[in-house]
Amino acid sequence: MARALINVPAKAKRGEIIAIKTLISHHMESGFRVGPMGVMIPRDIIETFVCTYNGEEIFRASLYQAIAANPFITFNTVAIASGTLEFKWTGDNGFSATESVNIIVE
Amino acid sequence: MTEASATRRQILAAAGGAAAVILVRPAQAQRFTSGAMNLAIRKVVGEANVTPGKIKLDIPPLSENGNSVAMAITVDSPMTAKDYVKAIHVFTEKNPQPNVISVMLGPRAGRASIATRIRLADTQTVTAIAELSDGTFWSDTADVIITLGACLEDTP
Amino acid sequence: MKRAGRGLNEHGTLVTPPPHPSLASGGGSRLRLAASFGCLAYVMTCFAISAAEIPQNERRSSYADMARDSKAMQDDDTANPGMLSVLDGEALWKAKAGAVGKACADCHGDARASMKGVSARYPVFEPKLSRPINIEQRINLCRTEQQKASPFAFESKDMLALSAYVSLQSRGQPIAPPDDQRLAPFRETGRTLFNQRQGQLNLSCAQCHDDNWGKRLAANIIPQGHPNGYPLYRLEWQSVGSLQRRLRNCMIGMRAEAYEYGAPEYVAMELYLMWRARGMTVETPAVRP
Ligand code: HEC
Ligand code: HEC
Repeated sequence: MARALINVPAKAKRGEIIAIKTLISHHMESGFRVGPMGVMIPRDIIETFVCTYNGEEIFRASLYQAIAANPFITFNTVAIASGTLEFKWTGDNGFSATESVNIIVE
Repeated sequence: MTEASATRRQILAAAGGAAAVILVRPAQAQRFTSGAMNLAIRKVVGEANVTPGKIKLDIPPLSENGNSVAMAITVDSPMTAKDYVKAIHVFTEKNPQPNVISVMLGPRAGRASIATRIRLADTQTVTAIAELSDGTFWSDTADVIITLGACLEDTP
Repeated sequence: MKRAGRGLNEHGTLVTPPPHPSLASGGGSRLRLAASFGCLAYVMTCFAISAAEIPQNERRSSYADMARDSKAMQDDDTANPGMLSVLDGEALWKAKAGAVGKACADCHGDARASMKGVSARYPVFEPKLSRPINIEQRINLCRTEQQKASPFAFESKDMLALSAYVSLQSRGQPIAPPDDQRLAPFRETGRTLFNQRQGQLNLSCAQCHDDNWGKRLAANIIPQGHPNGYPLYRLEWQSVGSLQRRLRNCMIGMRAEAYEYGAPEYVAMELYLMWRARGMTVETPAVRP
């Protein structure tokens, strides 16, 4: 079970640039690591992170093994309308997590 | 593993994390020397020129562990419908995999500024490249020095 | 599923995706251990040895010597991966468990009130066992006796999550070891263990943490070794871990035989460390390199 923490201001003025912070629990196993018995631990990472704002994609990231465990990503967007920001992480072994946050734009 | 010369130590550090101190030297002129990194960069920019400037790669001079190094990137752009940053890509020279992250932006970002935390396996160059809406590519690099710490870890 | 995370900024939210393999830890550390040995041998030849306790007004949390970015990670709950574990703990707190079918919350109510300052007092003396127990052992006693559920394994995701959630309720509180005479002999055992040379390198905890704190050991500043941030997120582990895991790390570095998790020796050391850090502020979930 993965947990995510999203930080988005609850309210913003129309046209204001808002900062978005995201943190999700994931070990980002690189696939380059040797386990206790000398066996390579298979890769298991989040590969894609997408943020949509009222259904429209505003940010997309491709992550690689060099992203630290428990990926933390911050970015910005212009507050255009009240509605929903949706966040989706997908990765190896069918990993998928979705979260959404509402914002009021005045 | 894409880089045949990576040693076991680098690989261990890349992933599992030997503790490390990281020092950043001021970046020199752009020089995509490492085979794997160069290849990864060429995959993104094709035959286009990459010019130093417009993008700022910010890695703190002293970081305490190669498992988690704070990295912030800002591109100087008005972020209007006509003139904006399309993408930012980050590469490392000596991690076993040269790509770090690629993000797609658009005018709706308002500000071309991102931050994340990365793993660094060894003393090496980190390169950030911005792809603008006019098709130009801009870069910044930082030489990062990592010294392995000691007296630190075991398997739990 | 969506809600505000306790102790988080307005939009602390949580996600429940499909099951996902738990954290793999460690592995392939022979090289790193080899490096430790060399540096410890060096330590023995050039360290000051005075065996004096740190005066109370000179005590400092490891936080004080951390780099800016590690401090920033600890200071901002939405950037601190330890808070993800806290969110797991909050969910467990409210989940019914065991044959009794009661949640922690059913007996203890709102943890923000009932658990405030609790972990800052631990370990405490448990009369039924005639020995001290730490906070993890207390949680397991409630699991087995109150809920009639199976105990959590030490260092398991659930144990770390619940102890992080319980200990978060003491964040900002002073460490306050109970004035309980029954604890005294155990605390003395802890003090002895702390000061006693052990392991193949013949070092004591005190040699590093009382006598040489603030000095550099390879790339690291030796901290005073306080227990005020646990469970915490350690960059080296890339995960949350307990105080006992940290003690194991130091013992293995000293080439001493580490104890089993939950061993009375660790609880005795915890007792001494908490007394040594009395009055210092709880930082759970802290971040350490
Ligand atoms: C059926 C009621 C019940 C349930 C369920 C229960 N507890 Fe308890 N808990 C108690 C009682 C009673 C005590 C006091 C025990 C004692 O003094 O022996 C206690 C004590 C504690 C303490 C120590 C408080 C202190 O001041 O020292 C902690 C911490 C604690 N419980 C945590 C938990 C957690 C975490 C859970 C869920 C996993 C839980 N409890 C579930 C009844 C319960
Ligand atoms: C050779 C020196 C050395 C010895 C001996 C040693 N430690 Fe440590 N200890 C360290 C270093 C260095 C760190 C910090 C590691 C880091 O920054 O990641 C540390 C960290 C700690 C911490 C964590 C502090 C925090 O803020 O989280 C505790 C607690 C601790 N040690 C206790 C002990 C105990 C108990 C012993 C004896 C069993 C011991 N240490 C022996 C060097 C030592």
